[in-house]
Amino acid sequence: MTNESGFSLSVNGRSRSVVDALPGESLLFVLRERLGLAGSKNACEEGECGSCTVRLDDETVCSCLVLAEAAAGRQVMTIEGLGSEGDLSDVQQAFLDAGAVQCGFCTPGLLMAIDALLENDPDPDDLTVREAISGNLCRCTGYGRILDAVDRAAEARQAEATP
Amino acid sequence: MTVVETGAETDDGTSVGPRIGENAPRPDGVPKVTGDFAFSSDLHHDRMLWGATLRSPHAAARIGGIDTSPALAMNGVHAVLTHADVPGSPTYGLEHRDQPVLAGDVVRYEGEPVAVVAADHPDTARRALAAIHVDWQPTEPLVDPALAETADPIHPDGNVIRRIHLRHGDQAAAQRDDLVSVEGTYEVGMQDQAFLGPESGMAVPDEDGGVDLYVATQWLHVDRDQVAACLDLPHEKVRLTLAGVGGAFGAREDLSLHVHLCLLALRTGRPVKMSYGREESFHGHVHRHPARMWYRHHATTDGDLVRVEAHLLLDGGAYASSSGAVIANATCFAAGPYMVPSVEIEGVVVRTDNPPCGAMRGFGAVQTCFAHEAQMDRLAAALDMDPVALRLRNALEPGDRLATGQVITGTLPVAEVIRACADHPSAAVGSDEPMARPGGAGRTADAEHVVRGEAVAVGFKNLMFSEGFDDSSAARCVLHHGVATITCACAEVGQGFVTLARQIAGEVLGVNEIVLAPVETTSIGSAGSTSASRQTWMSGGAVQLACETVRRELLAGLATTHGLPIDDLVLVDGRVRSLSGDLDLSLAELTAEPVEADVVHRHAPTSTLDADGQGDAHVSFAVSAHRAIVDVDPDLGLVKVVELTTSQDVGRVLHPLQALGQLEGGAAQGVGLAVMEEVQVANGRIRNASFTDYLIPTALDMPPLEVAALIEQPEPGAPFGAKGIGEPPSISSTAAVAAAVRDATGLDLPRVPVRPSDICLVANPESGEAA
Repeated sequence: MTNESGFSLSVNGRSRSVVDALPGESLLFVLRERLGLAGSKNACEEGECGSCTVRLDDETVCSCLVLAEAAAGRQVMTIEGLGSEGDLSDVQQAFLDAGAVQCGFCTPGLLMAIDALLENDPDPDDLTVREAISGNLCRCTGYGRILDAVDRAAEARQAEATP
Repeated sequence: MTVVETGAETDDGTSVGPRIGENAPRPDGVPKVTGDFAFSSDLHHDRMLWGATLRSPHAAARIGGIDTSPALAMNGVHAVLTHADVPGSPTYGLEHRDQPVLAGDVVRYEGEPVAVVAADHPDTARRALAAIHVDWQPTEPLVDPALAETADPIHPDGNVIRRIHLRHGDQAAAQRDDLVSVEGTYEVGMQDQAFLGPESGMAVPDEDGGVDLYVATQWLHVDRDQVAACLDLPHEKVRLTLAGVGGAFGAREDLSLHVHLCLLALRTGRPVKMSYGREESFHGHVHRHPARMWYRHHATTDGDLVRVEAHLLLDGGAYASSSGAVIANATCFAAGPYMVPSVEIEGVVVRTDNPPCGAMRGFGAVQTCFAHEAQMDRLAAALDMDPVALRLRNALEPGDRLATGQVITGTLPVAEVIRACADHPSAAVGSDEPMARPGGAGRTADAEHVVRGEAVAVGFKNLMFSEGFDDSSAARCVLHHGVATITCACAEVGQGFVTLARQIAGEVLGVNEIVLAPVETTSIGSAGSTSASRQTWMSGGAVQLACETVRRELLAGLATTHGLPIDDLVLVDGRVRSLSGDLDLSLAELTAEPVEADVVHRHAPTSTLDADGQGDAHVSFAVSAHRAIVDVDPDLGLVKVVELTTSQDVGRVLHPLQALGQLEGGAAQGVGLAVMEEVQVANGRIRNASFTDYLIPTALDMPPLEVAALIEQPEPGAPFGAKGIGEPPSISSTAAVAAAVRDATGLDLPRVPVRPSDICLVANPESGEAA
């Protein structure tokens, strides 16, 4: 049953080989259980909550809905590729400054969605932000501090872009 | 003495540690934004097996037999266990030990665990579940709570879990013909906590025959006690460690997979991991009790409440969980935060074959707030009085008596929160954006038909456990080389206790380096539950007491040595100084030998409720108000909550951003219950066990929350005067939103969540039958 020949995934700029995966394993499962990248979360595993959001090339996707092997040949970016301790991205820093983190389970997915939003639209209005993150459920915050974090990150990104 | 401003640096350039009242950083913040924080579902062990649970597909059935042999014969399957494999107590429970670890001869709700397996891959485990043969003999489920009392018992403990008959004041007070009376029957649907991090954990067998359990929970020690009883192991052989918790909201007070994991680990001799999927999670934890509530209010023509009568019926589902405490809360607070001289409330919580219900944020006060606030609006209409003025006229004050006869001795600024909320200017304006209309992205609302409504609601509840419960929290502070290490078993579930604990230690000891020890059962006693808005008071208080004990011991020695009064010594930024300036010593050097204190913190004792529901059963209370502004499309029955304004009684703000986060998050759950969230149960079976069909508010559904005021009246006995703030935001928000929809539509809307059909089929009777 297992895919003995395996396949390779490019994750956060590194080539990672996946062996012995069952054919039906999702990208989320492979990231979490085979590659040790547990930052992408498993809150619903049916594409409703956005906790498993990753980037596949330029697309933000729910990694629970992507067959792992189908991601071969594409660039996968996960929360682990966004920024690390001591080198946080603007959105990660904004989440901390705004108080947008409570339990933190939705946080990685939201960070990935917001990072992609600001890349495409550096100055989104309130409704645009709300729509962009409406596929990411948060149960703790009521979104208030998260929306504030988006504003802070947008300002930081614009300040950086302005010479 | 150097005065150090927030965020400033001291003379020697070291940064200032966390202090009370500041927006101190969360110690778990960085790992949570980098993805490094290990939630319970992220646990991994190279030798681990995957556990899975076989659940009943029937709401009620007899089990003729279970054949596990086909599953056990499968490659990769290491264990298949049933009720016969539970060595100790076959049942567990928070208040009554009435819930089987694994069902034996009968199941009482859909989703009840029957068998568990351990296998080398989650898919193997799932296939093994399918291979287990159960001889199901379905029976007719008891699903109507109104019939539970007269129906045959579905459990040896009977169908009435608890009944409270509260009588307060002159029971004949309403036997006059000059009173205005209003009557109504209200319903609240079953709400799910819908935390995002699913039930998950890992059990690791130990060579000593014991087991280590890493699990997401709200109360490690009470879990430990229940697990140990089921495993028939002494407490010291069952060691629980808090794994990262992805939200709780009450749903992690009861055991879920705890015993199952330990059984599998002990049987296989290998670490076993289990993680529920979302559908399983809906079956795997208790929900908020659905309620049917009849009310009659009597008032003078001037608007003074004279008497409130109510009958509350809560559906507890198949097992007791914390139903007894929930109905006590519902009953005690049924009349609302109002001065009512005469009260009669009968509260009953019954057993049915519906999903078990238990703790959820607000704990019984949410249901009754929806009802008593609807009644207050109805009464205001009958009196032709402004609903806010009616509430202010009857608002409870310190010194007043509750319906339980208890005198409010602490703070309770009811009128203040109502007034602040009602008087706050609204920023809500009409929007031409289709996305901002009811229906949102569907753009289905006809802008011409949209009607707006506005309403204010107020609610309150108790803080901490009630009815004589011996509630405590243990904490240890070790001050060594100038570093404070705090040990406390308080479960961090997202609320930010880890931040507060550091702020409290920093404030008391004047230190900047504070370490929080791992949260587990062997190093310290119980901290009690992270629920009932109690941890800031109880565990915060324990940390404060431990740090103050260390501080006193340290300073007492120095005062003696240096011949100074102890009150002349201060601890600031890692130094001990005298007010005169003569003494300036390094705390790091003074604590080359550790100074430590172990404490247990208790609140003032409470009493039980007597046969009339009277007694000083509660420690403290907190009140909040919400004003909701909604837009409604009456044609389609769609509601858009445009703005929420709140004011809350907080005692004292310890961390402004975290406080705001609690107010916003709690209000979101209240909005959800008002207009979208309901576990739909048909003949005992959950029809919407997914995030596709059980809707929780998204960023598009949530309005901005305006905080009109945080009323800071320090509460006697509370650490730094701070009240717990987690629950009130979920209490008055639902009532306010529902009332605003009533205001917009003119409909009665006696039930939440308000469904589209409740609006459009009633508002437009020609378009269909009324719901």
